[in-house]
Amino acid sequence: MNIPYQIVVCGGVVPDPLQTLEPIATANGPALKNELLLPHVLDPWSAHALYEAAHLARRSAGSKVWLVSVAPKTKLQQVMMTIGQRVPLELVAIEGPASGFTDAADVAAALAAGIEGIAGLDQSRLLLFGGWESASRAAGATMQMVGERLGIIDQFQGVDELSVADDGALRILERIEGGQHQVSVCSGPPVLLGWATGNLPEPPNHPQIGMQNMRAIMPALQKARTAQISGGARFESVTLPKQQRATRIVKDKPVEEIAREIVTWVTAE
Amino acid sequence: MDATAVRPHAETLRTLPGDDVRQIMWRFADRLDLQMLVQSARAVARGPVARLVANGARSTHEWTEQKALLLKEFDAAGITGAPLEPADGGYIEGPKNLALALIAFELAWVDAGAATGSLAGCLALAPIHERGTAEQRQRYTRLCAPPEPGEDRKPWRGAFCLTEPLPYVGVETSLLGGRVRVVEWEAGKEPFLEVDKRGRFITNMGFANFVTAAVDSDDPRIKGTCMVVLEETDPGTFDRGTPTRKLVHQLSSTCDPVFRMRVPADRIIGGYTVKDGIIIPRYSHGEIIEAVFRRTRVTVGLMTSAKLLSAVEPVIRYQRDRFRGSSAVSAGSPRYELGLQQKPDALHRLLDVWATGEASASLGFTAARLFDELEPVEKEKDRILAGQGIHGGSAAFKALRKVQKDALEYLELRRKPVGRRESQRFEKLENDPLVKYLLLDSLASVYCPACKLWNTGHGANMMREAVSLMGGYGITEDCPGFLGYKWMDAQLEATYEGPEAVQRRQLSVTMINEVFLAQFRGWVAEMREIAATRPGTGACSLATAMQMWLWTVQHLQVAKDADGAALYQTNRQGVTFALADALCWLLSARSFILDVMELEQAGPQNPVVAEGLAGTVQFLSDLCHVQTARSAGEAGRICAELVYGYNRHPAWDEEGYKGCYHMDELMALESIIPGLASMATDVIESDGSHPAKAGPCAKCEGLEPFIRLRTKLDGCLTGSQLAKDRAAEALTKVMIPAALDYPA
Ligand SMILES: Cc1cc2nc3c(=O)[nH]c(=O)nc-3n(C[C@H](O)[C@H](O)[C@H](O)COP(=O)(O)OP(=O)(O)OC[C@H]3O[C@@H](n4cnc5c(N)ncnc54)[C@H](O)[C@@H]3O)c2cc1C
Repeated sequence: MNIPYQIVVCGGVVPDPLQTLEPIATANGPALKNELLLPHVLDPWSAHALYEAAHLARRSAGSKVWLVSVAPKTKLQQVMMTIGQRVPLELVAIEGPASGFTDAADVAAALAAGIEGIAGLDQSRLLLFGGWESASRAAGATMQMVGERLGIIDQFQGVDELSVADDGALRILERIEGGQHQVSVCSGPPVLLGWATGNLPEPPNHPQIGMQNMRAIMPALQKARTAQISGGARFESVTLPKQQRATRIVKDKPVEEIAREIVTWVTAE
Repeated sequence: MDATAVRPHAETLRTLPGDDVRQIMWRFADRLDLQMLVQSARAVARGPVARLVANGARSTHEWTEQKALLLKEFDAAGITGAPLEPADGGYIEGPKNLALALIAFELAWVDAGAATGSLAGCLALAPIHERGTAEQRQRYTRLCAPPEPGEDRKPWRGAFCLTEPLPYVGVETSLLGGRVRVVEWEAGKEPFLEVDKRGRFITNMGFANFVTAAVDSDDPRIKGTCMVVLEETDPGTFDRGTPTRKLVHQLSSTCDPVFRMRVPADRIIGGYTVKDGIIIPRYSHGEIIEAVFRRTRVTVGLMTSAKLLSAVEPVIRYQRDRFRGSSAVSAGSPRYELGLQQKPDALHRLLDVWATGEASASLGFTAARLFDELEPVEKEKDRILAGQGIHGGSAAFKALRKVQKDALEYLELRRKPVGRRESQRFEKLENDPLVKYLLLDSLASVYCPACKLWNTGHGANMMREAVSLMGGYGITEDCPGFLGYKWMDAQLEATYEGPEAVQRRQLSVTMINEVFLAQFRGWVAEMREIAATRPGTGACSLATAMQMWLWTVQHLQVAKDADGAALYQTNRQGVTFALADALCWLLSARSFILDVMELEQAGPQNPVVAEGLAGTVQFLSDLCHVQTARSAGEAGRICAELVYGYNRHPAWDEEGYKGCYHMDELMALESIIPGLASMATDVIESDGSHPAKAGPCAKCEGLEPFIRLRTKLDGCLTGSQLAKDRAAEALTKVMIPAALDYPA
């Protein structure tokens, strides 16, 4: 049974993780130093969601993928230059801060409003995707609230796999502890999936897909509405996780030895 | 110079310039297709290409399976399809020089061998693209087109075969050893040719499915030289040859192939006509090569620019981290935080590398854009001339010579204020496509060799500086950013597609074209105007250096050497080549200044750029100042050597004595003009002895304007070192990423 899904992926943008991320205090609350100047990427968790969406859409004829994003337009445009070449999608851009120092409830409201604004959206075909958490806030709160606002009660978090049975039932693998998965079967849409890493690869780049996408992406960016992100949350203090980055260039080391070395290092702490 | 050039500024560079800044400077902020291409090419460069290099793929010159995988990556990233028309499987509309330049830049940021591999495919197709018949274009572009989404087809790859084993084609492309003769020619049918060609150092040869080869006639039934297409399945020998044991660009495939093949005459690129039983190829190999290299050389120039700019981040990181981890250096101490950046020399040398990278990138991208602009104008010119029954060659040359007067008149009118020029005439000339062609062509003919020559030649020297900043680490395989490899690779970029001598030779002709010189004169005023509002860029010193260069060119075209021989002439490379070098310094510094001006003007419209704009512009302006001072200094040195160097120094002989005082005579004069004796330097004593030096000091008659310019130029350097100190300070504060975004 082929179901032409409407897959809506919620995804923000985050600074490239290789950048120096230094929290600072500003008049508007905490922020990252030079955040706007840093190159950004699609939030890795939602990127997994998007790739899974792309694969599913390709397998189910007539399906379509939307990406709904609350982010500064210029940053979103930059990110679209890469993502836009891999996944045929329609962008719903909402101007707003992409920072993790915003209230997840506000962001969820903006996303839900953006999704409700998509013309012709059909709940009986709707798969709402997102990351189970984000690389900026990492609270795992946003998607649940988006689902609630849209009245989608079948929600799954930490998803690593989605398969569609012949009768259209959705079989979903959610991460639980100990490297195990919980298997659920759901009769069909509407459903919300907060993805962990998924298991399908990044779709291949194709410039023609990019050219095709750009025709709609640019107008979408131009007409992006500004979200009301009130900044309702107040932050008592902000610090980087205590971390030590020790980079060493090692070649041809067996995996077992690397593992042993890490264990020694961790247990020595 | 204006004092604002030395005033300290609070704003400083916050992060290394990102994509948004580059898109404005290099003028593709409105080109989404190119922005996407940059991202996808970068993903290949910093992903699979970097991994190959890090895993040691450069340690062999053989074409390996791992290296071959890159071809697929190129296809997926749009690198293979970029030079093609959308109708032929490409995706970029219009001219594609800037697109190819950006690809080369991105790939060479990590490894120029990868860039060369991708470029060579384009080079193989270029003769067909530029001069091929419609059928040839259709056949080969379609075959080379990468697969469409969902399509499973292996695209063809090509190689461009010009260079031959010694003693044949190298710099001198006329010394062709490759031969073509007729082996079968049935009346009324297509003749069959036998092509005999040996290649040397041919890129992509390890896997090419077809080759575009330059050959000369070995048969009275074929006229002159031509280029032919050879396919691997054509009957005869298609021997890929042994891999070149090269030390550089090992991610590309290079071999010395041997071909002896039979092909139909319709493989002659551009087709042929038959007259009195003789096959006359439409284009000689020289004509085709010229059309091809004009464009592709710009791309090569940008490979070296990318290397220089790619060195900045790893060097800063190395400098800052240099002493961290030592028990003697406590966290938070200046030595811990700044490391080698406590030492001004380390900062200044990095600034020199960075400034060279900026100036060469600006020059290269200016050249690439020029060719994009020129392309439609050139087509229009061809169309107009064809309408007059003129199809290339000397007839076209003659026709265009007539237009030169108009082009010069146009430039003259353009210099006048709007109200004071004959507007109808001005408009007519401005809209004349032939005038426009001459203007652009004269620039492109200078910018292409200038960027190939300076970017790669001087760039290779500066890569050595970059390597030295990493200490011993710099010349190991583990050096972050692969700087050691890049140093060596830069030397190949200076060599292939025509070594420096070829570029200098071309410049020595094109840079004295009156249409170019007239535009160049206008740039002196342009730089002064910029200096009036932006003194901190060093534009004023550049203007003076440009004036000096112009004076020198004019002087050398009429001046004679000590033996009465003309100075500016073809085989006097000591004069012409040196002047070409001097010009490159000036052009690159000017391009850099113009790009920074563009950033300052367009930056505020982009919120991301606007955020750190003041600091970025301040830093880049300081860098411009550093670079213009260096350029002015170099140009000044070269011009002075040429202006004085061909005069014979006076000796202590009869002739030399004529310009000296004799002691007796001086004493007599001293009584009339007291103090004179103390000022005279060249005095012959009564016993005939003279001061211990080379001879009486040289007289500089007629060179007064030059002397004035030179003195002025030295004064114009005022403030440049203050700018360097300020930029050095910025280097200690700029935020860099936590780690390099590709493996080392
Ligand atoms: C890795 C690699 C890949 C290459 N790929 C290709 C390819 O794909 N296709 C292809 O056709 N070729 C290719 N080449 C060949 C390359 O283009 C030539 O090596 C180059 O043009 C120089 O020719 P040459 O080596 O014969 O040098 P020469 O002609 O011997 O020149 C050597 C030097 O002599 C001096 N000199 C020579 N002539 C003059 C002159 N008129 N005036 C002043 N000085 C002069 C200069 O100093 C010059 O640098 C490649 C080369 C390499 C190393």
